[in-house]
Amino acid sequence: MIWFIGIITLAVMALVFGLILGFAAIRFKVESDPLVDQIDEILPQTQCGQCGYPGCRPYAEAIANGEDINKCPPGGEATIQKLADLTGREAKPLDAAHGVEDVKKVAFIREDECIGCMKCIQACPVDAIIGATRQMHTIIADECTGCDLCVEPCPVDCIDMIPVATKTERWRWDLHSIPVTMVNPTEVNPVEVTPAKPHETTPSSTQVKP
Amino acid sequence: MSKDNSPVKLWRFHGGVQPPERKALANTTPIRTLPLPKVLYIPLRQHIGMSGSLCVQQGERVLRGQALTEPGVYGGLPIHAPTSGLVGEVVEHPSNHPSQIPEPALTLIPDGEHQAIEFQGLANPTALSSLELIQHLHHAGIAGLGGAGFPTAQKLTLARTIELLIINGVECEPYIVSDDRLMREHAATIIRGVVLLQHILQHQQQAPEAVIAVEDNKPEAVAALTAALGNEHPNIRLQVIPTLYPSGGEKQLIQVLTGKQVPARGYPADLGILMQNVGTAFAIATAIDQGQPLMERVVTLTGEAFQQPGTAWVLLGTPIQHLLECGALEPSAQQRIIVGGPMMGYTVADPRTPIIKTTNCILAPNTVELPAAGAESPCIRCGMCEQVCPASLLPQQLLWLAKAKDHPGLAKHNLADCIECGACAYVCPSEIPLVHYYRKAKAEVREEKIEQQQSEIARLRFEARQERLEREKQERLERHKQAAKAREKALAERAKQAAATPDSTPTAATGKTSADPIQAAIARAKAKRAAQQAQAEPSTNEAAELDPQKARVAAAIARAKAKRAEQQQQAEPSNASAAEPVELDPQKARVAAAVARAKAKRAAMAAESATTDDNNPKPAGDPNKP
Amino acid sequence: MSFYIASSPHSHFNRTTQNIMQLVLFAMVPGVIAQLYFFGWGVLFQLTLAISVALLAEAAVMLLRDRPIKPALNDYSAVVTAALLAVSIPPLAPWWLIVVGTLFAILVVKHVFGGIGQNIFNPAMAAYVMLLISFPVQMTSWMPPALPGYTAPNFIDSLWLFLTTFTTDGYSLEQARLVELSGSLDAMVMATPLDYIKTELGQGYTLQETLQSDLFSIFAGAGWQWVNFAYLAGGLILLQQRVITWHIPTALLGTIGLGAIIGTIVAPDTLPGFNIHVLSGGAMLAAFFIATDPVSAATSNKGKIIYAALIGALIYIIRTWGGYPDAVAFAVLLANLCVPVIDQYTRPRVYGHGGAR
Repeated sequence: MIWFIGIITLAVMALVFGLILGFAAIRFKVESDPLVDQIDEILPQTQCGQCGYPGCRPYAEAIANGEDINKCPPGGEATIQKLADLTGREAKPLDAAHGVEDVKKVAFIREDECIGCMKCIQACPVDAIIGATRQMHTIIADECTGCDLCVEPCPVDCIDMIPVATKTERWRWDLHSIPVTMVNPTEVNPVEVTPAKPHETTPSSTQVKP
Repeated sequence: MSKDNSPVKLWRFHGGVQPPERKALANTTPIRTLPLPKVLYIPLRQHIGMSGSLCVQQGERVLRGQALTEPGVYGGLPIHAPTSGLVGEVVEHPSNHPSQIPEPALTLIPDGEHQAIEFQGLANPTALSSLELIQHLHHAGIAGLGGAGFPTAQKLTLARTIELLIINGVECEPYIVSDDRLMREHAATIIRGVVLLQHILQHQQQAPEAVIAVEDNKPEAVAALTAALGNEHPNIRLQVIPTLYPSGGEKQLIQVLTGKQVPARGYPADLGILMQNVGTAFAIATAIDQGQPLMERVVTLTGEAFQQPGTAWVLLGTPIQHLLECGALEPSAQQRIIVGGPMMGYTVADPRTPIIKTTNCILAPNTVELPAAGAESPCIRCGMCEQVCPASLLPQQLLWLAKAKDHPGLAKHNLADCIECGACAYVCPSEIPLVHYYRKAKAEVREEKIEQQQSEIARLRFEARQERLEREKQERLERHKQAAKAREKALAERAKQAAATPDSTPTAATGKTSADPIQAAIARAKAKRAAQQAQAEPSTNEAAELDPQKARVAAAIARAKAKRAEQQQQAEPSNASAAEPVELDPQKARVAAAVARAKAKRAAMAAESATTDDNNPKPAGDPNKP
Repeated sequence: MSFYIASSPHSHFNRTTQNIMQLVLFAMVPGVIAQLYFFGWGVLFQLTLAISVALLAEAAVMLLRDRPIKPALNDYSAVVTAALLAVSIPPLAPWWLIVVGTLFAILVVKHVFGGIGQNIFNPAMAAYVMLLISFPVQMTSWMPPALPGYTAPNFIDSLWLFLTTFTTDGYSLEQARLVELSGSLDAMVMATPLDYIKTELGQGYTLQETLQSDLFSIFAGAGWQWVNFAYLAGGLILLQQRVITWHIPTALLGTIGLGAIIGTIVAPDTLPGFNIHVLSGGAMLAAFFIATDPVSAATSNKGKIIYAALIGALIYIIRTWGGYPDAVAFAVLLANLCVPVIDQYTRPRVYGHGGAR
């Protein structure tokens, strides 16, 4: 009899808690973006296709279907880390077969050499090139994602990828980026500006350790 | 009129530190006037916001006070020639910014005469409207001389109903004495500036109350201001506050004086408060009364490495090197040149860095007074940083989060409210450069935000483009369908007609050819292309027959190809030179050259494939190419 | 030459971790002297061995972790841990006890959790609890304090007891005590005042009867009261030097005191008063030296008060109703566990962020 009561009690408890949980699941349901949208948010939207998919969205769909998360060079390690957090997969190093992480660049058309062939305009995934047939083309630098896709089609090879120069407003407090200047305090003009070498830039005591 | 002994309640902000003040190094001597430097580098932008547009020519002689830039379309703050001389080039010059990233600066070679334009003060400024005065200040190039250098006119325009005008003479950073000396020597002008500010800020004929706040470590400045105030300014109060770093910070000073806190991401104007530095008040008075634009400012030269420390009127654009000479710098080991004070100042590596509107101090300490930072050791959670944080943040939590790059966590712990005063790092027993971590983290957060915005824009543009391409494809298909239908219809009609006129009976083939102009055109084009291809060696006269546009294109392509070829391998020059000296009209010559180059390239390629190509790295664009 | 680049602030307050730890050690001196006076040379042996073992262990771990050894030894944190453990255990406990305890504190409690600044628990207290549970006999064998009619074992005897657990005459600690005490003191007196009270009360005596024992003097436990006053003096030095803030000592002692006062009012016969609680056990050491260990304490001022009040409450509860006469170590460890939660809910209101969160 005792064990019977025990079973009954447990069953009732299970039922009650089940009901509470079920109610909570419906009542406190969290509406979340579909996975693909969330992945797409994380991807850098360069639309460069280096992952092997025609744009970021298709790659996001592929990741949702089990594709590796380490095929996006423009996003680099940071993107891989975020994707790993989102998908609960292991963060792998960037797949070198798809390219390496590089500084941000924008395309630049050497305008006097442009023949107005429209090929780069067709290649640009974000419509960041303006121009018309047989007219000079130019890049809207602010819209350019640096995807590199316009360089290949150009028949006269007049497109360069130029690293984006850091401005003071967007400087990241990297003290090592400051060039060392040799000074002679008794002279007006400094002798020479040498490019920075990290171990020379700051005394070891003032270096900021990671 | 109330003096410092008035029973006015003061509040205090959380935390704060009392670093050694060391103000006596420089505050005992009057403000000096320095010899003219050999060259001035005047940055086109010396403050937050846009730069003006240049309005002088290279080689032009300008006089002291002459505008070098004007507001232009963006309404940027103008800059003025601080002395007479010749305008040189605009060069990319190391900026007066912690990063030292070069920014455009105008060079000015002083001619030594220091000849000024005729300054025209406003005769009766109180009769003018606020707007006119504000405009005058904007044209005088006045920016906040205390902190970030926000254009004063803009600040005054944005200010809504102001009930309290705070004049900041606190100068809480150790070592710096610029405002101290200015208050001692020019108290009357400062108070004139305050009166003018009150006039500008008046609202419904009611001028706001003004409080001049000075720390109690500057008794001489307090005495000078008290004397200058006299009994004529009932609406201006001099308030002495206890010395505590960073009570000169805008938010902290407001809390000390009013007990109110500026809302996060808000402005003092939200509380009906406007704050101006004493130096700015001085500049406002000289700009309005004497018509002098902002051309120079008081800079403190201090630190044990200076043999002649003190304060000086320094022309904007003066290279720091000149000040080092004037202060007789004797560099010590590991010499640092700090712009600003020891708590918030930044080091500059390049002595050519110019003085700008916001530079209040050049500090050259030796390693005894300000030892170089020791090695960072692990945090022991002592909580000192939290005790001293004037923003009531949790510095050690922020440190963990910054190290972990946990941006949402940083936002939750209000990293954005950090004023980077350095109090936490000052007290940290583990010598952790906390502020540096926060600045880096802030930059990362900002960068992430910008990148997110950019990627969002890119995504929208990509999607819009995909949509457009799809739409165009559909339209094309539609057109093709319509065309096909029309053609069928036409054919059917033609056939009907043919059936109707049986006596004319050409062969089916010719009938079709004549009936379909489109196909005829295609055939013609094909034939032409075949002909072109058949001619393996295009002759010059054939090329000349092509229309000039095509020729140009061909030439450009050829040029590019040739260039690529050259890059890949320095081909034997004989090939190229052989085809050169043909005497033809320029058009033909270009084409011929292109053809020759193309040939050369082909030859070069062939040669290259025979030999190894490791001696010449391929250009960047090439690896993608087959 | 070139100008050096550094990040602000360029000015630094002249106090490093090393200074803080040195000040803590300095502030312990009065307490250690009092212990030396009342409990004999044993304290000195414990301290010497504990500090040596702690430094060796620290160096060995740094070597294993491939980290610089010198800064780790120079910060004195291992020394402080060792010293706190050494003054907490019975002065004449055998040498291996302190060795095991110190190794546990440095190796397991401190470095397994990531070294200085990372440990969740106070290393000295965690080691104390480990020893108390594993070696209860040795950990409760306190000699009575030096009083008229009784002197602590001399230097040689103490050293011998420490090293071999026997005096030069071949007596064990227990026997030595009986020999020394014969005739002069109640032979039952073998424990700390708090222990004695707990035992006597458990046997139905009233508090007043218990306090008649020679173990008690003007304020509280004889000898013990002066040791506690000495640690209070050291704590005041720390406060004056701003190594610690008032929050933790005040809240901790205040909570114990509050409990004791309520206890005295409710049941004056069976619950010891404020003076007994604060001056007879490890309360002062806990309030100024142990609970104030910054690594394992809460950070904000509000948090510190909650944390210390929790310790005080736990000390009172365990002493009154628990199985152990003193409870500093258990209370500190339990409060250590709560620190993340306390920190989470006591974040100060940031400048400009309105009223309630």
